[in-house]
Amino acid sequence: MRKVVRASILSLSSALLISGATAAFAASSETDFKAAYAAAEAANKEAGSLRNQWTTTAATLADAKKAADKGDFDAGTASAKEAEALAKASIYQATSEKDAWKALEIH
Amino acid sequence: MNLRSAIQFGLAALALTAFAFGAAPSIAADTPDPVADAKAFQKYFTDRFPKLKLEDFVNGPYSMNEDMHRQWEEKEQFPPYDFGLDLGKELFSKPFKNGKSYADCFANGGIGIRQNYPYFDEKEGKVVTLELALNRCREANGEAPISYLKDDMAALTAYMAFTSRGKPFDIKIPADPRALEAYDNGKRYFYTRRGQLNFSCASCHVQNPGERIRAEILAPALGILNAMPIYRSEWGGMGTISRRFTTCNSQIRGVPLEPQSDEYRDLEYYLSYVSNGLPISGPGARP
Amino acid sequence: MASTIRVRATSSGENTEVQALIQHPMDSGYVKDAKGELIPPHFIQQLTFEYDGKAVFTADWGPAVSKDPYVKFAFKGGKKGEDLKISWVDNKGASDTTTAKIQ
Repeated sequence: MRKVVRASILSLSSALLISGATAAFAASSETDFKAAYAAAEAANKEAGSLRNQWTTTAATLADAKKAADKGDFDAGTASAKEAEALAKASIYQATSEKDAWKALEIH
Repeated sequence: MNLRSAIQFGLAALALTAFAFGAAPSIAADTPDPVADAKAFQKYFTDRFPKLKLEDFVNGPYSMNEDMHRQWEEKEQFPPYDFGLDLGKELFSKPFKNGKSYADCFANGGIGIRQNYPYFDEKEGKVVTLELALNRCREANGEAPISYLKDDMAALTAYMAFTSRGKPFDIKIPADPRALEAYDNGKRYFYTRRGQLNFSCASCHVQNPGERIRAEILAPALGILNAMPIYRSEWGGMGTISRRFTTCNSQIRGVPLEPQSDEYRDLEYYLSYVSNGLPISGPGARP
Repeated sequence: MASTIRVRATSSGENTEVQALIQHPMDSGYVKDAKGELIPPHFIQQLTFEYDGKAVFTADWGPAVSKDPYVKFAFKGGKKGEDLKISWVDNKGASDTTTAKIQ
C-alpha cells in the first residue's frame, strides 16, 4: 500500500513539474494562452459540478486573464497552467474524498 | 509557499489520507444510524473533556480553558449581541406591508421554537432551516428576501434563539428515507476534506477542539450551533449560521456554496441532530 | 430613537463599578469597502462619565478603538439611586448622552 501511494505521489508531482518546466522554456503566443485558459476554465467548471472549487483557482485564473490583457502571454499562459493544475487537484480531492471521508468519522 | 510545493503538499496530504483509509478496518454499515451516531458523537467529546458538563459545550471556545471561561463570564455581563437582539425583537414584531407578520408563519407565533429547527419537510422532501423559513415567510407575504448572512437575518434569528434559551435541541428525523439521506449528506459534508488547505469541518472541530489555529482557539463540534447567531469580534458584528458556513469554506480556500444550498441545509441538520439535548444558548458572542 | 449607550452602574458601598456598551461604527478611516474605497473615519473622540457634577472618567479616543466599544471601570464613592451621566462626541460632531441610576 505504502509503495503504491508513494509512487502515485511521485508520478503525479513529476508530471506537474515536467509540465511546469516545459511551459517555462517555450515563449507563449496568444493562441497558446487561449488554449491554456480554456483548459483551466474547463477543469474549474468540472470542479464546480463536483461542488468543490478552490478560491486560489479562481484567483489564478483572474491573474492569467489580467496578464494576457496586458499582452504578457508568457505570464498569462503560466498562470493559466497553474490554474488548471489547481483545478485538477480540486477534482482529485473531491473524487478521493468520496471514500476517504470515512477515515475521520467518529464511531 | 510557491505553487509547486503547495500542490505537492496538497497531494501528499491527500495521499496520506488515502493511505490512512486503506489501513483502517472495514467501513461501518451503509445504513446510517443517527441515534448511534449522536451517542458516539457526544461520548467522543465528553470523554475528551471530562471536566465539562454536557451543556458547557454550547460555549464553544470559551469552555476550552480557564482563561477563555473567565473572558466569557465577563462578556456575558454586557454582551455585544445586545444591539442585534434588540433590533431582532423590533423587526420580528413589525408587520409586513400586507398586515401580516412573522408570527403568522410559525408555530406558537415564532416564540420558543428555535430548538426545532432545522426540520425535514416531508412535502418538499428537503431540510428547512430557520433562516430559510424566515425568508420564505417574507416572500409568501410579498416582501423581498433578505441576505442570509448578517444584519436583519442575524437580528431576527437572534431574537428567535433568545426566546428559546435553555430549551434543548430537539431535531427529528422522520421515518422517511429522504430524511435519512439528508442527515447522511450532512454527515458526509462534515467529514469531507475540501479547499486548497484540505481541511474538513472535522479536522478542526473534531480533531483539534481547544487547540489553536493561528490565534484562535477552536470550538468542539458538539453544541457548535447552539449559540448561533453570534456577534463575532472578528466580524465586528452579527453573523448567522449561513455566514459561518460560507466563511469557514473560504478560510480553507474553498469557494463557498450559495447560502442555504442543499449541502449547507443538510450540514445544519446533521450538526443540530447530533447536539440534541444540549440547550439553545443563542444569540452568542465569539472572539 | 433608542440610546446608543447601555450602562450598568453598581455600588458596592465604597466603590461603584460601571460597565457601558456603546453602539458606534468606530471606523478608523483605514479600512476599504467592497468597492475598494476608503471608509471615512467616524469614531468617538471623547467619552465622559459624570457623577455629582464631576467627571469620574473621561476617555480621549482615536481610530484604534473597535466598533461598539465596551468600557468597564470603577470609581470611589457613588451612592445607590444617584444619577450617572454618560456622554460622547465623535469626530463628525455627533453626540449622545444618557443618564442611569446607580444600582
